[in-house]
This record gives sequence, structure tokens and C-alpha cells, in this order.
Amino acid sequence: MLEARGIVKRFGGLVAVNDAALEVPEGRIVALIGPNGAGKTTLFAVIAGFLKPDAGQVLFEGEDITGLTPHAICQRGIVRTFQVVKPFANLTVRENIAVGAHNRIAARSAALDHATAVGERLGMGKMLDQPAAALTVAGRKRLELARALATGPRLLLLDEVMAGLTPVEIDEVLELIRDIRESGVTVLLIEHVMRAVMRLSEHVYVLNNGGIIADGAPHAVAANPDVVEAYLGHGAAETTHA
Amino acid sequence: MSRDIRHFLIGGVALIAAAFVPVFVTSGYWLDFLVLTMFIAVLGQGWNILGGYGGQFSFGHAVFFGTGAYIQVILQAKYGWSPWLAIPPAILGGVVVGTLIGFLSFRYGLRGSYFALVTLAFAEAFRVIATSVDITDGGQGLYLALNRDPDQAIAMLQFVDVAGYYYFALVLTGISLAVAWGIERSRFGAQLVAVREDEDAAEALGINAFAVKMRAICISGALTATTGVLYVQKFLLIDPLIAYGPTKSVEALVAAIIGGMGTVLGPLVGSAVLHTIGELTKELTVAIGYNQPGLDLIIYGVLLVLMLAFMPYGLVGLFRAVARRLFASRKPADA
Repeated sequence: MLEARGIVKRFGGLVAVNDAALEVPEGRIVALIGPNGAGKTTLFAVIAGFLKPDAGQVLFEGEDITGLTPHAICQRGIVRTFQVVKPFANLTVRENIAVGAHNRIAARSAALDHATAVGERLGMGKMLDQPAAALTVAGRKRLELARALATGPRLLLLDEVMAGLTPVEIDEVLELIRDIRESGVTVLLIEHVMRAVMRLSEHVYVLNNGGIIADGAPHAVAANPDVVEAYLGHGAAETTHA
Repeated sequence: MSRDIRHFLIGGVALIAAAFVPVFVTSGYWLDFLVLTMFIAVLGQGWNILGGYGGQFSFGHAVFFGTGAYIQVILQAKYGWSPWLAIPPAILGGVVVGTLIGFLSFRYGLRGSYFALVTLAFAEAFRVIATSVDITDGGQGLYLALNRDPDQAIAMLQFVDVAGYYYFALVLTGISLAVAWGIERSRFGAQLVAVREDEDAAEALGINAFAVKMRAICISGALTATTGVLYVQKFLLIDPLIAYGPTKSVEALVAAIIGGMGTVLGPLVGSAVLHTIGELTKELTVAIGYNQPGLDLIIYGVLLVLMLAFMPYGLVGLFRAVARRLFASRKPADA
């Protein structure tokens, strides 16, 4: 469904993403992991149209979407969330979600109804009339997810939606993401919470220094010496296996 | 839906009540006061659509007012058009100038204070142009021929009785409120507010921020241009300083900010409060024998600073907060 080929993104002399490639088949939950500064969010931004790559192509359902604007990409069915959440602080939760719903729905009342439905589905029913500024961290992360989902995406790009949540909250979000996939939305997620990656994803890509160093099933990847070294430093693989 | 109907009814009743005001208020002085209040209310609403709902603060909204005013005068005085026929081109002028400024600023991603400075610069540039070209008769300004024939009052849009201008201003006020009300209830309005709150998040949710801002500045320009029409039909003259000077730009944004940015009634409330304060200060300065002009401006300035610091939603926001608190404190008793 989504294919990124040979993506390169430089910021001045720094190569943030260097010849990265990944593929997300329809109906899957795929994870993108890697140490801090590996280039995960940059790669996301390239896929979602927020950054133009210096080289490489992004294909969505066989069509080249490289360099399209973010709103055009969203209208085609790819929506991203932000690692640093961006709620519309002065709007209520329902109004926030309705902004997403307007991506496919023109009428205001229908968009608000859809927002209510999405909010309730994500367990935000009691918060719908609260201003977004009043939400807790967990609430804001959930709102980010709800708003994205309301746009009616076919592919959801989740950037660390579980960071900063308590274990109980993480379990709830895991359930939500599984539900979302069951409803026919493909998911690509960046995550640092390894427990979540292990339990949720079917395929994992590991990004380090801007390049993909490994990919495969979650447990195979976790045992991969290159991956262990990337996270823990040179020589760590021998030590952990000894 | 029921809320919409309620608003509709309240608006209708208010409009009918307002239509009867000249029957009771016969003093030309107070009718003039109301006309000017509504004039600034429409000007403020023009600003509010772009600045209040869209978060794009313009410091040069006079550019739309002045363009509407000049087109309205030029087509009549130089080409002999009927004032009614001149109105559509005057409004279109606001749209064209909006397109120009919007394209140049938004295409290149100017936001916040940069956008404010660009609009200020445009107003100044237009003032300089109006001072130097022939079509505006340069710095001496343009005059509309006085026509006080009561039989031609409607045809010439000139009224001996201030009540005529009162109704003219009332129609514009009604239209401006209806426009803002409609925007608030539309997909476009939701998208405009989303762009104000966070442009990146709005883009990620499928909103073409550039297109939304362009649409907002065009509607804003059109609405603001109508105030230029009202102005020249009432005062019969326009010159570069009145048209493009900073006064109108400041009045537009002060009314909207004090009344409540991003609210339907904000500009009207703001304008009413400002004009009342203005009149009171005038009385006050006379009473204490301090006869220097400009005290009202100082008070406006102080109010503006206080509003921005403590009440970002202005007076309308304050009313809402109070109402919510009253409602919330009563609720447990109901339950």
C-alpha cells in the first residue's frame, strides 16, 4: 500500500535520512523503531508531505505522491499524528475532531455528529465539550488519534502516541490501535515503548543514522545484533549474547 | 439545529427592533452616533473574519476601506455612474486587493507580525499612490456632488435625514453579522479556525491552509470595502489620508479585539463600547476643563493592552465565561 524508496533528506550538512526504504502492506500494523535522532520523525514528515526529500520516491497505492502538499496527501487517505501534540487549544474536543471529519464531510452538523461518534469510539465521550487545552497528556494523545481517524484515512501514521502514558493507558491505546486496524485502516507507527511494538506490530523496521539497518518480525529484529548495537553501543551484542 | 433557529429568531427580532429606533431617537446627534457605531462594527467585522477567525492580524485594513471608498467616488464623480452600480465594483475592488495582498503574503508563508507589517506597508503604499496619481486627484481628494433632493434620496444614496444613513448602516451591519454567523457554522469556518490554532495540524488534517486564508482575506476585503461605500455616501469626500491612513486600520482591529476576536457579536459590542467611552471622555474633558484632544485615544490604548493581556476573547468572551459560571453553579441544584 505504501512504499518508500531510497529516501534521502539532508538538513545542511546533516543527513537525517539516508537512502531509507520501507514497505507497508495493506491491513498491517508496521512499526518503525530506532534510537533517538535516527531520523524516524523526519522520514514520517517526508511521507506525509511536510518535508520534500532530496532524493527518493514515496508511492501510495502505486501512485507517486512524493512532494505533494500535506493536505493533498491527507485527502488521498494518509494522515499523520504529531509526536509533539498539536491540539487546537481553544476549541472543544468535539470541535477538534470535527476539523478532521470535515476532510470528507462538508456539512457542519454531519461533521459534528461524526466527531461525536469517533470521540465516543475512542473513549472520549465525557470530554467532548471540554476545551482541548484542559486535557491531560493522555487525553491530548488520544485527541490527536481521534482527529486523525476522523479524516477517514486508509493509512494512519502514528508518531509516538504512547510516549508519556502510564502502563494502563498504554494498554488502552494498544486496544484502540488494534480496533482501528480491524476497521480496515493500515497503521505505520513510530514507537519507543518496546512492549507496545512487540505486542502490536507484525513487521518492524529499524532506522539508525538515517538508514534502515534491519527489518522483520518483532522478535527476530529484537535479537538482531546490529539492532542491539544501535541501541546499546558497539560491542553490546557480544555482551548480551554471552 | 434548534440553536440555529433560536439565533435566527433573536437576530430577526433584534433587526426589527433596530429598524424602529429612528422612530424614537430623533436627535441627529444620537443617530449619527449609532451610524458611526455600526460603521466601525462592520469595519471591525471585516477585520474579524481574517484576524479573529483566521488569526491573520492585519494592521492595514484601511487598504480595503479606502479602495472601496475610492472606487465608489471615482465611478460616480468621474464616470457618472449611479451609486448603486458603483457598489459591486467597489466590493470587487476589496476582493482584488485582498487577492493581491493574500497571494503575496500567504504564498511566501508570512505569518504573525510579518503579515501585520506587510499589510501596514500595503496601506502606506496605497496612500502614497493615491496621493500621486491623477485618477484620485492626488492629495486634494475627491468629492461627491451634493444631492439633497429628497425624491432622489434612494437613487443617489444620499439622505438629508440621518435616519436614511441609519438604515443603510443597519443593512450593512445585518449583512456583516450574517456573514460571520454563516462562517461560524460552515466547514470553511472550522477550517479557518483550525488554521489560526495550528497551521501544521490543519494541513495534516487535509486543510489547504493557503486556500483557506485566501478565501478569508477575500471575504474580509469585500466586507470592509462596503464600509468605504457607506463612508463616501455619508461624508461625500475621500482623500488619501482618510482612505489609507492608519486611523481606520486601528479602529477596525481595536473594535474587534475589545469586543471579542473570533466571535460574531464582538466587533459590534466593541464598537459600541468604544464609541460610548469616546463620548464619555469628551464630556469628561469638557467637565474638568481639560481641553486637549486625544484623551479618548489614550483610553483606547490602555483598554487594548488590558484586553490583550487578560481577556483574549474580549467582552463577548467575558460575558460567555460569566454565563457559563452562572449556569455551572446552578446545574448541581437541578440534578
